[in-house]
Parts: sequence; structure tokens; C-alpha cells
Amino acid sequence: MPRITKVAGRAIPMRGNDIDTDRIVPARFLRAITFEGMEAHLFEDDRRLGGPGHNRHPFDVPAYQGASILLVNRNFGCGSSREHAPQAIRRWGLEAIVGESFAEIFFGNSAMLGMPCVTAAPEDMAALMALVEQQPTTVVTLDLVAGTCEAGKLTCPISLPANVREAFVSGAWDTTGLLLDRYEEVNNTAARLPYVAGF
Amino acid sequence: MGQTLLKKVWDLHTVRQLPTGQTQLFIGLHLVHEVTSPQAFDTLRQRGWPVARTDRTFATVDHIVPTRERKRPFLDVMAEDMMTALERNVRDFGIRFVGLDDARQGIVHIIGPELGLTQPGMTIACGDSHTSTHGAFGSVAFGIGTSQVRDVLASQCLALEPMKVRRIRVTGALSKGVYAKDVILAIIQRLGVQGGNGYAYEYAGDCVDRMSMDERMTICNMSIEGGARVGYVNPDDTTIEYVRGRPYAPPADRFDRMASWWKSMASDADAAYDDDVEIKADELTPIVTWGVNPGQSIGVHDRVPAPAGTADPKAITDALSYMGLTAGQPIAGMKVDVAFIGSCTNARLSDLREAARIVKGRRVSEHVKALVVPGSNGVARAAEEEGLDDVFRAAGFEWRGAGCSMCLGMNPDKLEGDQVCASSSNRNFKGRQGSPTGRTLLMSPAMVAAAAVAGEVTDVRELA
Ligand code: SF4
Repeated sequence: MPRITKVAGRAIPMRGNDIDTDRIVPARFLRAITFEGMEAHLFEDDRRLGGPGHNRHPFDVPAYQGASILLVNRNFGCGSSREHAPQAIRRWGLEAIVGESFAEIFFGNSAMLGMPCVTAAPEDMAALMALVEQQPTTVVTLDLVAGTCEAGKLTCPISLPANVREAFVSGAWDTTGLLLDRYEEVNNTAARLPYVAGF
Repeated sequence: MGQTLLKKVWDLHTVRQLPTGQTQLFIGLHLVHEVTSPQAFDTLRQRGWPVARTDRTFATVDHIVPTRERKRPFLDVMAEDMMTALERNVRDFGIRFVGLDDARQGIVHIIGPELGLTQPGMTIACGDSHTSTHGAFGSVAFGIGTSQVRDVLASQCLALEPMKVRRIRVTGALSKGVYAKDVILAIIQRLGVQGGNGYAYEYAGDCVDRMSMDERMTICNMSIEGGARVGYVNPDDTTIEYVRGRPYAPPADRFDRMASWWKSMASDADAAYDDDVEIKADELTPIVTWGVNPGQSIGVHDRVPAPAGTADPKAITDALSYMGLTAGQPIAGMKVDVAFIGSCTNARLSDLREAARIVKGRRVSEHVKALVVPGSNGVARAAEEEGLDDVFRAAGFEWRGAGCSMCLGMNPDKLEGDQVCASSSNRNFKGRQGSPTGRTLLMSPAMVAAAAVAGEVTDVRELA
């Protein structure tokens, strides 16, 4: 697996707390046996409905097309465990997400796809979003090793749990290979479980 | 210093520390369903990997199952594709399968316990966030994504980060008309929808100790709505007697030895917790969600909040506008169009009994479409033996076949337009029940029954 140490590119700000995976990809689009084309349904209902007080959805703003980094607020990706959500985001072309916090299952699913979800302080997120909204051409650079985010004149710390960062940086984020390695130890563990081995 | 159940189970199932620092954890039971598995099986096929432990794997179909007409092929070609893919995958890989025509079929989180597959002390994973339901038995059970489903299929293991444990002691007695559903809604209201991030929730206290397994499952089911991937209750005699005699339970000659092991896995009295919270059961009233996440809830006699002065006024404004509510409006009296009793949260026999008790001798309001969807064929049969189906039908409810139904929009049961649904399910997210503008009010099954009869949100205690 490739090492992931840095992600750089333009960003797309997606404001709001507690954005759940049913909104990211509505359930009816889960009726599929592959992830192919899932990006077409990214925020589909929100984008179609708009509604009173809503401006154009960020994913429909021309200036944000081709962005590499998604900016979010608190508890992004809560709810259903559907990997269709991070798959759609990744397949849309986004390579990393920066936010105040992430729901746990979403965070893990994204990591498995090689898409880091890094956290930044709320005030830094606010500054970053404002900057990108004013100047969509701003290049945002996330350095996972140094733990920094740079965008124009703005620099702020970002964080990732040490283990997860290590997995990205060492290229070990696709775990299947690791788990299949030294399989005899798995059998040893199973053999000491009363419900597997019997008493 | 004693240990928590989480720590004991975690340590016992730890294979090794991975070079990344994560823990390689053995998964004792892997439950598989049609929605989150096809891509995982495809990867196994491409790489020529077998399923590592077919003896620890069990599959069923629930999300896409039509609850009225089950004839194959399904009218929905995409659902039919998913069904065919799962049937082929379980056959090719040799996995035990409860299919569409099986008398044991039902929602995965209902049949696991019913069949005795779910047992204390296990690690349980499933590509579904409500896997926390199984924690009611004192297992460590959690939802995973499709790439992790692939990992478990291929290796029976996962690479995981350790969790902290928050004990939530529910003390005192629930008053009449207040249920396990209200307890978990109150917990989410108090701790927030992301309060459980990084935590396993251990539900304890005398109120939980007295609860049936059905009630404990309702509480553990919605842990994820509070942000906690894992929720569990320590195993006790109630747990043991529930499991005894079920098809996949340990055989009689070994059962008691197994049961004493189960009890030994419970948290020690002097275990240390990362956090400790008390919820007073006697102060709770029936709860209804008014907004677009499960933390946006109020007592049935309360008024919906005003944005001003709250922590996130924009979120409140947005939720009120989506729900068509005005700040300060009482929730009681809100008109409902649909009443749904079902889902892995509240479609077990005791839920149906309570709801039937409310509707017996009454009629569903004329403008309400009301349906009962038993969580499994097993629940349906048991309910029919007691005549509950007749009670519901006589009142004007539809009595359907088992499945996820209107809990999410993946099968023919969906809200239409901006219908308001009184629902015993677990998620009130925008569009969750299949219509992009549909509106969901979460509540206990008895409260749904009351809303069906009254045609509006109403306090079940006034009907009971
Ligand atoms: S009943 Fe609802 S929450 Fe439960 S497994 Fe089915 S879709 Fe998911």
C-alpha cells in the first residue's frame, strides 16, 4: 500500500454539525452490489432539494469542483455504518477530510480506504472554512507527519490518533494483509476461547 | 483493581499488537447481510481467499425484503440482484444462511439472539451499526464497514483501537407507560449524539438489572445513536435463562459450565471506569423526538425548543424548518400520517404485546396508515399464537412479514412526500424512512400505538 504522508489541493467546505451517512448517501442508493458510481449519489437529496434559506450546495459550486480536501464541522458521518458514504466521497475525488470531530465508524471506514480524517480545533476550522469560501483557489496542505495544515497564510495543528497516523505513514492502512500475517496466532487465540474450543 | 467486561473480553480476544499499534482482535461471531457484504465477497474472490472461519459466520437477509409480497424475482431488480449475490456468496463460500423462505428469517439483530447465536463473552461484528444490540448479552458487539467485513471474512479478525468505558447507571423504577426506549432516548438527550465517541457504554443499575432481555436489547441497540459503537449489559441470570435451550446455545451437558464462564466475564464490582453517569428512571416520562437526530427529543408534554440561546441555533432552526414546527410549539397534538411499529429497536414480542394492549378495542384514526412489522418470523409466529395479529388488524393496522421495512428506504415500505411518521425505529435523520422530505418522530411502540389511535402525538398514559 502507498504511504500517505501529505495531501494537498483545493478544498470544499461543507458546513453543519452531525451530518449523518443517510444524508451523505441516502439508503435507496445502497441497493447495489458494487461501489461503482456511488459518487453520483453524494448528498443527492440535499443537493436536489436545496430549500428555503439554502444556497447552492457546496458540491454544486463550480469553484469547488476538482477539490481534494473536504472541510467539515462536528460529528461528521454519524449514524449508519455504510461504507458507501466514504466510498462516494473518495470516488468524487476527495483524498482527505478535516473537521472538528468524526463519528467513529465513519472514521474507521475512511481510514480503510486510505482517506485520512484529521481533526482541527473549532476556531481553526472556522478560519479555514472562511478562507476557502472567500478564496476557493487556496491550496490546503495537510502534513500528517508534522501534524500541520497550511492554507495561504494560515497554519494550524491537525491531529490523528498515533496508531492511525502510523498506519497511513507506513503504508499499512489496508489491514487485511497485516491480519493474515502470522495466522497461527489467530488459531491460538481461537483455541483459548471457551465458546470456540468448548470446555 | 477489578476489570470491566469490555477489558476482559478484549484481552481474551487479542491476537497481538500490530506494528501500527492497533490491536488485532479475534471476532467470535460474524453476522452478514445483503447490504454491506457483496463488495467484500468480491474482493475475496479476486484475491482467491476463502472465508477463514465459516464456523463463526452466519448470514441472513433483512434490509431489502418486501414485507407484503415475497415472491421471487423481486419487482425491484436491484433488490433482486442483491438477493442473488448473497445467495451465491453464501453458497460459494460455504456460509450458514437463513434465507428468505426460512422459518427463522428476520432482522439480523433479532434473529442472532433468538437463535442463541449471540452469547455472553463473545466479540461480535456485523456490517451494520446496530450490532451493538447484541451487547445486551454481555458481548462486545459493534458495527463495521464493508472493508472491515472483508477483513473479518478473510481473517476472522479486525485491527482496532482500544475503547474507554462509561458506566451509565439507570436507577429507580420506570413508571407506567415509560419504557426502555424512553431510557435510551433520555440517555442520548443527556449525553448527546456524539457523547459516546471513543466509549463503550456499560448499562447498569437496578433498573437495568430488572429488565428483560428484550428491554436490554432496545437500550443497547441505540448506543450508536449516542455515538457509542459498543453498548453492553453484564450477563446475569436473566441472560442465561434467555439463552438456555435456543438452537445454537451450548448443549445441555455443557451449558452450566459455560454459564459460569459467562458470569465470570461480567465487570468486577471494583472495576474502574473512565466515566460514570447516573440516570434516574423514576424521573422519566414518555419521550418523543422532534428534530432530525435522535438527540433532539423532549418529553411528550414539553414544547419544542427555540433556537435562541442554544449551543447550535442554526441546527435547531434547520431542524424546526425541516419538521415544519414552530419554536415553542407543544409536541403533543402534532398530527401523524403514518404509524410504524417495527425495526431492530422495538419489534420483539414484548414490544408488540405492549402496543397491542393499547390498541385493543380501539380504532386507528382515519387519516393514519398504520403497520406492524414483526422483527422476525419467530416473533410473528409467537405473536400470532397469542392472537396479537388479530388485535392489530381489528384496530386497522396492517400486519406484515418480517424485515427492516420502513426503518430505512431500501424496500417497498417508504414514507411519501413530507408525511409525518410516529415510529418505533431508531433514526429520525432527514429522508431516513425513504422519502427525501419525510418526517420521523421516534418513540416507544406503545406511544406509536397511541399516536395511531389518536391520529396525533399523544401521551400513552392517558390511554392505558
Ligand atoms: S431495522 Fe433498521 S436499524 Fe435495524 S438493521 Fe434494519 S435498517 Fe438497520
